[in-house]
Amino acid sequence: MDKKNQGKQKPLTGSFRTDGQPLELGEYEKTGGYEALRNALKSMSPKDVQEEVKASNLRGRGGAGFPTGQKWSFVPAAEGPLSRYVVANADEMEPGTFKDRILMENSPHMLIEGMALAAYAVGAQQAYIFLRGEYVRSSRVIAKALAQAYEKNYLGENIFGSGFSLQMHLHLSAGRYICGEETGLLNSLEGKRAIPRVKPPYPQVSGFMGRPTVVNNVETLCNVPHIIRNGAEWFKDLSLSEGGGTKLYGVSGRVKRPGAWELPMGTTIREILEEHAGGMLEGYRLRGLLPGGASTEFLLEEHLDMPMDFDSLQEAGSRMGTGTMVIMDDRTCPVGMQLSLQTFFARESCGWCTPCREGLPWVVHMLNAIEEGQGEMEDIDLLLEQARLLAPGHTFCALAPGAAEPLGSGVKYFREDFERHISEKRCPWGQNR
Amino acid sequence: MLDERELAEMEKELAHYENKKAGCIGALKAVQKLRGWISDECLKDIAQHLGMTPDELDNVATFYSSIFRRPVGRHVIFICDSVSCYVVGYRELLRHLSYRLQIKPGQTTADGRFTLLPAACLGVCEKAPAVMIDEDVHGGLEPPEKVDEILERYK
Repeated sequence: MDKKNQGKQKPLTGSFRTDGQPLELGEYEKTGGYEALRNALKSMSPKDVQEEVKASNLRGRGGAGFPTGQKWSFVPAAEGPLSRYVVANADEMEPGTFKDRILMENSPHMLIEGMALAAYAVGAQQAYIFLRGEYVRSSRVIAKALAQAYEKNYLGENIFGSGFSLQMHLHLSAGRYICGEETGLLNSLEGKRAIPRVKPPYPQVSGFMGRPTVVNNVETLCNVPHIIRNGAEWFKDLSLSEGGGTKLYGVSGRVKRPGAWELPMGTTIREILEEHAGGMLEGYRLRGLLPGGASTEFLLEEHLDMPMDFDSLQEAGSRMGTGTMVIMDDRTCPVGMQLSLQTFFARESCGWCTPCREGLPWVVHMLNAIEEGQGEMEDIDLLLEQARLLAPGHTFCALAPGAAEPLGSGVKYFREDFERHISEKRCPWGQNR
Repeated sequence: MLDERELAEMEKELAHYENKKAGCIGALKAVQKLRGWISDECLKDIAQHLGMTPDELDNVATFYSSIFRRPVGRHVIFICDSVSCYVVGYRELLRHLSYRLQIKPGQTTADGRFTLLPAACLGVCEKAPAVMIDEDVHGGLEPPEKVDEILERYK
């Protein structure tokens, strides 16, 4: 296999304008945009599109890493005129994550084309972009792109004269992290509280309005046009790992160049952190990192040579999550950082199930006491017990298990810092840090 | 009573949904954009227009953090308190803003100019720490005094 171009090809971001403005429809077409949709509608069956995506090993970029082609294949074969839906999960609210915003602001038509291909593959005639309300710039860019696509009849009735029709809508959300959970998202899209639904039935069978629905992350959908245009083998060759493609990795925290970069899937944490983010700022030392957003387990310096991909990080007891890491430096108090994380999860709990609604505020309460110098040594084991009780299988959805990941690993790795807060009856970093 | 402009803005939103109820979040946001917040009376009017009971609509309205069921100032400052901002100076920024405006999160300045609210990650972690004022995101607020000049733009 010819891998000499690996690392140089950036299908997602390579065509971005350098001035930060979004690619207009004409510019997008010049880089090969809408070719995949045109060809698929002309010469591929919906099943062919599904099979190509399945063969590419594309895995969901929202955090869970579920194989996309497989997800689509669970939609029952088309029967009659009843509607089916494709929804782009653009509710990017995982703390530390800003990759989907970059894609939407710079190349909105890539998302639209990816969604159109997904809709064709599963027989959907309606599509929604579920965008978080705070992404005002993204919403303006997407609204304009949708109008352009309708005008050219790349959306609407009888696209490219193929008989395939698709209506695409932009939904602006009104806050709450739980909207990113795909069934909570569907309830929100139906105008309800974003409480997660019981699964099964899965959305592919009974989703939006009780109809078959596919919910995919923005970055996932943006990969689809490139897979259809260049083929599954090309996509697999972009990656250093089993899962195909490139990944939009990000770094935030006290590093020289916080930002995001499109790199081969499976690039090591060290390369991302040291080469692309430029390493730690002068005067700061790395103590740990959350590899893929707030709801992933802490990793330490000893893990830096691990490839950032779904399987490798799972073996290390963490998760790649969204692939956007948050760096903990030696001047950040590990208790304070944990308190920030858990305050987020407690506030964003939808309140539906008891362990999450009651457990998370209790965790916040204990962490607050420790940070204020009023904690007791037993609290540390109580926190670890909470992390166990909030783990998968004990709660209705993945929110509280997501909170348990940095909690359990944070207490384990930085236990002595917790103990110092308790024995010294104060935060050793002082009020300021 | 909802005026014609409010009704028109609501209808624009509702056109994207299969039924009026599904569009209720958009409808609430459209009216809030014109009024600043959703009072009890306003909620009743919107509910009636959507064919929902006021309780049914309030059940939705109170769930979402950017639908305001209490009065807010002319400008709303959302300060990101999530982890990426925390590690690069959120606490200093919050302390500075609270001192400058003499309010805590959840409060409105005496002159009704600003309301300060906590926000989940604003998705600009590469430019942390950040705030969102009305519809504008401002990042890189370290040292926190950088926010002073920005506040001046919101009268």
